[in-house]
Amino acid sequence: MGFIVAQLLTGLANAAALFLVASGLSLIFGVTRIVNFAHGSFYMLGAFVGYSLMQVLPGFIGFWASVVLSGVIVGVIGVIVEICVLRPIYKAPELFQLVATFGVILVIQDLALMTWGPVDVLGPRAPGLKGIVRILGEPVPQYDLALIAITPFVLFGLWFLLTKTRVGILVRAATQDREMVSALGVNQAWLFTGVFFLGSALAGVGGAIQLPKGGADLLMDFNILTTIFVVVVIGGMGSLPGAYIAAVLISVLNVFGVSYLPQSTLVLMFVVMAVVLMVKPYGLLGREEVAGEHGQVGEPERPIKPAGYRGRIFVGIVIALLAAVPFLGSFATVLTTDIIIFCLFAASLQFILGLGGLNSFGHAAYFGGGAYVAALLVRSAGTPMELAFILAPLGACMAAVIIGWFCIRLTGIYFAMLTMAFAQLLWSLIYQWDKFTGGDDGLVDIWPAAWLSGTTAYFYLTLVVGVGGIVFLRHVAHSPFGYALRAARDSSRQAEATGINTKRVQWAAFAFAGALAGLAGGLFVFSKGSIFPTELEIAKSFDAIIVIFLGGVKTLSGAVVGGATLEVARDFLTRFEYWRLILGLMIIAVVILSPDGIVGSLRKYAERIGLLREMVDGEQ
Amino acid sequence: MTEVLKVKNLSKSFGGIHAVVNLSFSVAEGELLALIGPNGAGKTTCFNMLMGQLKPTSGNVFLHDENLSGLPPRKIWRKGVGRTFQITATYQSMTVVENVQMALISHHRRCFSILPFAHQLYRDEAMELLQLVGMEAQSERACAILAYGDLKRLELAIALCHEPTLLLMDEPTAGMAPRERIELMQLTSDIVRDRRISVLFTEHDMDVVFAHSHRIMVLNRGELIANGSVESIRNDAKVQEVYLGGGTLFKNDEEQTYA
Repeated sequence: MGFIVAQLLTGLANAAALFLVASGLSLIFGVTRIVNFAHGSFYMLGAFVGYSLMQVLPGFIGFWASVVLSGVIVGVIGVIVEICVLRPIYKAPELFQLVATFGVILVIQDLALMTWGPVDVLGPRAPGLKGIVRILGEPVPQYDLALIAITPFVLFGLWFLLTKTRVGILVRAATQDREMVSALGVNQAWLFTGVFFLGSALAGVGGAIQLPKGGADLLMDFNILTTIFVVVVIGGMGSLPGAYIAAVLISVLNVFGVSYLPQSTLVLMFVVMAVVLMVKPYGLLGREEVAGEHGQVGEPERPIKPAGYRGRIFVGIVIALLAAVPFLGSFATVLTTDIIIFCLFAASLQFILGLGGLNSFGHAAYFGGGAYVAALLVRSAGTPMELAFILAPLGACMAAVIIGWFCIRLTGIYFAMLTMAFAQLLWSLIYQWDKFTGGDDGLVDIWPAAWLSGTTAYFYLTLVVGVGGIVFLRHVAHSPFGYALRAARDSSRQAEATGINTKRVQWAAFAFAGALAGLAGGLFVFSKGSIFPTELEIAKSFDAIIVIFLGGVKTLSGAVVGGATLEVARDFLTRFEYWRLILGLMIIAVVILSPDGIVGSLRKYAERIGLLREMVDGEQ
Repeated sequence: MTEVLKVKNLSKSFGGIHAVVNLSFSVAEGELLALIGPNGAGKTTCFNMLMGQLKPTSGNVFLHDENLSGLPPRKIWRKGVGRTFQITATYQSMTVVENVQMALISHHRRCFSILPFAHQLYRDEAMELLQLVGMEAQSERACAILAYGDLKRLELAIALCHEPTLLLMDEPTAGMAPRERIELMQLTSDIVRDRRISVLFTEHDMDVVFAHSHRIMVLNRGELIANGSVESIRNDAKVQEVYLGGGTLFKNDEEQTYA
């Protein structure tokens, strides 16, 4: 009994930092609609800044002053990010800003590395709260009890600020209808900045306040990122009490999970989230999201046309040039192989994300899934490579059919989070079932058949299958199926009223995209000869999202151009020590300079100087 | 005359609010039937139940003696009911003609086909429909840049794609200029006459209603208070009170409370 109570108290104490960070994220998302990936970085900065301050400010007052001060400092950093990076791109399509915040993550990572060095620091214990208290015979740190006591006050304070003050009313009004709020003469830009300050400051305080329990290291930004998204989604986007309940739920379950079911730790919160979303599609205390209700629909998409005569010749020339790559040596061949595989993966995501408006945050599950299907068939069943290669997309497609069945019912950010949860489930399954999948060590020694071995031979297979897959995706986009998918995105009301089963169309598209991601995965595993769980990671899914937006989400070739650009840039930049900083700044620069993505901006420019005819007004 | 649509004891409540109460009526073949009434009378709720967007609390809807209750919109559409929306709903990322082609693709059940190019399918049929509503000159324009009146005409073309026997039009001329209204309703009456389609429509412009409808029903607070020929409705004292002649939605005692 005593043990259980102690566990419960530890869980509640852990919930404090989690709630602080998650409430900041929820606030920022609620008002600005920005999915702020950099929120974990603000948390990490809070921890490091708090640590440095605590070295200087001694004693009880110094400790708590450091906590508050790190909040203020991180808040100011948040404001700088908002003004410099996000303000120029508020008019860009929804989710575009998340690419910019991804750039911010990379920049902050390297800046923190420069400032504090590659060491994990141990947080100082809080002066005056260093002891333990015995509760039912079990030792409970005093600091835990302090955290448990503080959190409800923070919750109450935020609740009071949002519901009882004038500023709070403006913020809530802005979460519901931005256009109306600005029509009433409220300066939206500064409202957003203010919310960003508060949200980042909460993350900073969260980072500093957990120092005595944890510490600070350079991985904590990514480590907490998915957890806070899960908390915010379980609680319901924009709901503070929901975030608190979810933070407590997740923390307590985690503590008990560690003691009773250690192998469940990686996946527990995702299971909880999946269950909550299936029962309550908008989180515990959230409300329905309606696309465009926040006045951020952006410019309407343009009609698409299959490539004309000149376009086909251009693609032909590009393929011919690619076919000549093996003459440049094996380095160029391997790099081009990687690029083509990555482009196929990104293009398959673009199909559902761009044409279908289905923001999948877990697309790597089908890429890695396909790769593992092939690898396991070769390793465990001795399947010939050719057959395993064909079964890879089928396996991925089956996974997508099952996962899609659960996810398609949700929309917007909730859909994104559930797809991510399932991807994480699959990842932890592979990671922890090491007898079968090799776990962290991966599966190695999976090589192509003899007639395909060798860099050059395999390159031509990749060229035929990869480019073929991309061209096929493009063709399907122009087929009735692709049109039905766009119809469901543009107006599900009209589509349903004219006989289109929109959910089924979306489900089929989800499975189709999964199959092609699996095809890319199959190509990948035989090109590397090995596969590791990292290929299913969230970071891999985010990679694909980022290149789509970099290339241009509203164009069909965006994924290919963005994918090639990022792969080449990364290959070149990783030679430098602070490559993340450079890459992050590059991403931010592209995002600000060409908010339509690389292809979209090039096309607009070509139209302006008269090189291309504008598609909007038709041919006549 | 044969009855195309029969509505029997249709009711819908949202919590304590009775939006539509025990509504029964029928639409005859080739008839242009207007459903009028003040704001909040339950017209759109009624339409949403007929088209399957809302589930009735009780009552049934029959199309050619086939019960439509409980079917989703897309199945009702397949039975031969077309609809235009009060607030237009079109595919913004497609051209005008592609919007019509999309409905034709759905009508021919080819939504899951991946081999042909969609923009080449049923193009001639789509152009014919656009010609019918006078939109052929704009067929290649992006739908997103159309004027509102043109969107309404496009919706009409889409609604005619599967040769419906019944057309439901929710405020077909809302937001249009007076001349456009007359043109659109003239067009609709011509189509009704030529194709033997029945039309049920709601409308706030009484010039349009009195000039074009064959019969008028008046809804107030969810209940049918009058149903008859154009002349009889124009002279109906109750209708004048609640809707036409300076009447008001509230009863006298309620009005005093609000005053």
